[in-house]
Amino acid sequence: MNNLSQRNQAERRFKIYGSLAVLVAITFLFVLLFNIFSTGISAFKASYIGVNINLPAQSERSDINPRKEFKRQVYEMFPQVKTRSDKRNLMSLFSKGAIYEFEELLENSNKEDINGYHWFLAHADVDMYIKGTVERQGNEAGRINPSRMQYVDVLVEQNLIKLQANEYLLHSADSREPELAGIKGAIIGSFYAILIAFIVSFPLGVLSALYMEKIALKNKFSNTIETNINNLAAVPSIVFGLLGLAIFLNFFSLPRSAPLVGGLTLAVMTLPTIVIAARSAIKSVPPSIEEASIGLGASRIQTLLNFTLPLAMPGIMTGTIIGIARALGETAPLLMIGMVAFVVDVPGTPLDPSTALPVQIFLWADSPERAFVERTSAAIMVLLIFLVLLNLLAIYLRNKLEKKW
Amino acid sequence: MIRSTILTIIFTFIFIFDLSARESISIVGSSTVYPFSTTVAEEFGRKNASFKSPIVESTGSGGGLKLFCSGLGPNTPDITNASRRIKLKEISLCKSNGVKDIIEIKIGFDGIVFANSKNGIDLELTTKDIYLALAKEVPCGAQDDVTCENQSKLWSDVNSELPELPIMVYGPPPTSGTRDAFVEIAMTDGCNSISWIKDLKKKNKNEWKKLCRTIREDGKYIEAGENDNLIIQKLNSNKNSFGIFGFSFLDQNSDQVKGTKINGVYPTFDAIAIGDYKISRSLYFYVKKAHIGSIPGIEEFLTHFVSEDAIGEDGYLIDKGLIPLPEDELLRYENDAKSLANMRY
Repeated sequence: MNNLSQRNQAERRFKIYGSLAVLVAITFLFVLLFNIFSTGISAFKASYIGVNINLPAQSERSDINPRKEFKRQVYEMFPQVKTRSDKRNLMSLFSKGAIYEFEELLENSNKEDINGYHWFLAHADVDMYIKGTVERQGNEAGRINPSRMQYVDVLVEQNLIKLQANEYLLHSADSREPELAGIKGAIIGSFYAILIAFIVSFPLGVLSALYMEKIALKNKFSNTIETNINNLAAVPSIVFGLLGLAIFLNFFSLPRSAPLVGGLTLAVMTLPTIVIAARSAIKSVPPSIEEASIGLGASRIQTLLNFTLPLAMPGIMTGTIIGIARALGETAPLLMIGMVAFVVDVPGTPLDPSTALPVQIFLWADSPERAFVERTSAAIMVLLIFLVLLNLLAIYLRNKLEKKW
Repeated sequence: MIRSTILTIIFTFIFIFDLSARESISIVGSSTVYPFSTTVAEEFGRKNASFKSPIVESTGSGGGLKLFCSGLGPNTPDITNASRRIKLKEISLCKSNGVKDIIEIKIGFDGIVFANSKNGIDLELTTKDIYLALAKEVPCGAQDDVTCENQSKLWSDVNSELPELPIMVYGPPPTSGTRDAFVEIAMTDGCNSISWIKDLKKKNKNEWKKLCRTIREDGKYIEAGENDNLIIQKLNSNKNSFGIFGFSFLDQNSDQVKGTKINGVYPTFDAIAIGDYKISRSLYFYVKKAHIGSIPGIEEFLTHFVSEDAIGEDGYLIDKGLIPLPEDELLRYENDAKSLANMRY
């Protein structure tokens, strides 16, 4: 009797320990997610400054210098600004990108009337102050000194600074100016790398799994290969980077920093994962189906291609997607082949230099500019969303296609 | 269907092997120069539509020079950044791999600051205090030539005028150029202020080096990784701690951290530029002359980098925290860049 109550108690304790462990894990996850989302969400908005554009008549517009014209428009809002240093301080509230926005606007000015208020991107220092990331201390806020602050105060008073959707974060590549920096280049780079990794590793992985599971003789040699593949899956990813450097860059002289090389390197890294997943999926196809197929007169290849492979496909796909998701989050192997780089242009082909999403996060986290802190978190959010989507796809495929026997 | 896919793949590969030329300048090297180099790369790409923007990789000064010196050809970088001068050993490595003509450009200075949270106390240190607080072995007892393991736990143990605060300093790991420079300038200066150690330099240079340049490993100096943003976060969460990082990080986070007065001078922009604040180092980049002509835009990039617009007193890199060169030096490097003169060592 005593023994029974002790055992019951032990059971209750075990339940509590278990739920505590889950609770702790969930708390960590939520703290992490909360931290990232609360810092990152503000990066999806950016400060814009309103400027009253008042262009000269159409006839006199032929030789406007956009840079000078934009400055003239801004100075007109502050008639008291006269000296060179005042003008510099005033213009420093705008991003370098504001001039390009104005140039774009000017191009449209032939078609329509553009006079009136337009909104131009503010400098990251102003943006940080408006968002409250940098606290105001007297007449200063971080890098905004009193001589810049006087203009900010006037603009805020006149409601000429507003937060609206950040047009750069998702539509441009890396930049040294935080307010102009975006992750489009990194997303496309990651996409190419992942695509190439998939194209290369999927057929190779499935074929070798099929061969090893169904065709190869079982002997010492095939056992050695099997053990080695399992070990390969546990090799640190940086080692694959060195391999990529030695083979693809030094031996094949492929271009440095290209997603093609990144993809090939990641393919080598994902290969063992795919082989292992594919083998266990193939193994779980009931032998009765294969035997029936052979019994009806199909050849072994016909059986494998028409019955075994399609039936194993859901399992193979799940394994592949999880392998690819891991590759998507890798930075270390890309370091060795030059993808940890500053690239301003959005890559057009897999041969153009580019970065990848996790690399972009790494680079921004290391930047001195304060405004990159929120952009780092925003990039992490985007990466997490992609990873969640990939995992959801894996779950969907498993539930939808998997056959129960 | 399958056949055509295979053919496409084969043709793609043939196409790839044909592509040996590179259109964009490849830059590698120091993570300290990286923010400046990337700014110029972006600006250069924007102003010169006929050239592609250069690609900048952050590999560290040593790693960059190793890649740079690994040979000629489109698969080696054209330019490497360094937060220290190239070493003779590296020049001979370059030579042995065929990289004979190198152009050297000094772009400016970077201050290294000792800082703490804005809510923390104001400390005034000398380089001697820093040395005595952070070195692994320090002189002990009244006698010369006797050193023992650093036992100081509080700043007041180092110098009785300092407050009774625990010594807790976050700094970069040994792989970092910032750490090298900090040790070489601040620690060595503090070390040499003790006269018998200064004399030791003549007698036994190795012993002197070991004594002056080894940082303690008992947890008072905390290696915080290469990420300076992390150090700033740590300083915020513990107002008794201090951190060592580059001036540009102090400049960007001036609402959170403040620089410590060292030898009577605050680490301000002007003090570093004039040379009153001594803990600063020169930043360089090196150009492979053999690549000029085969990789488009190197010459133009060079002239753009040394222009008044970029690294002059009002240049856009100065807004990024670079400390400009004195007038005459700037002029000298401008001439070097224009005439593509080989480096003088």
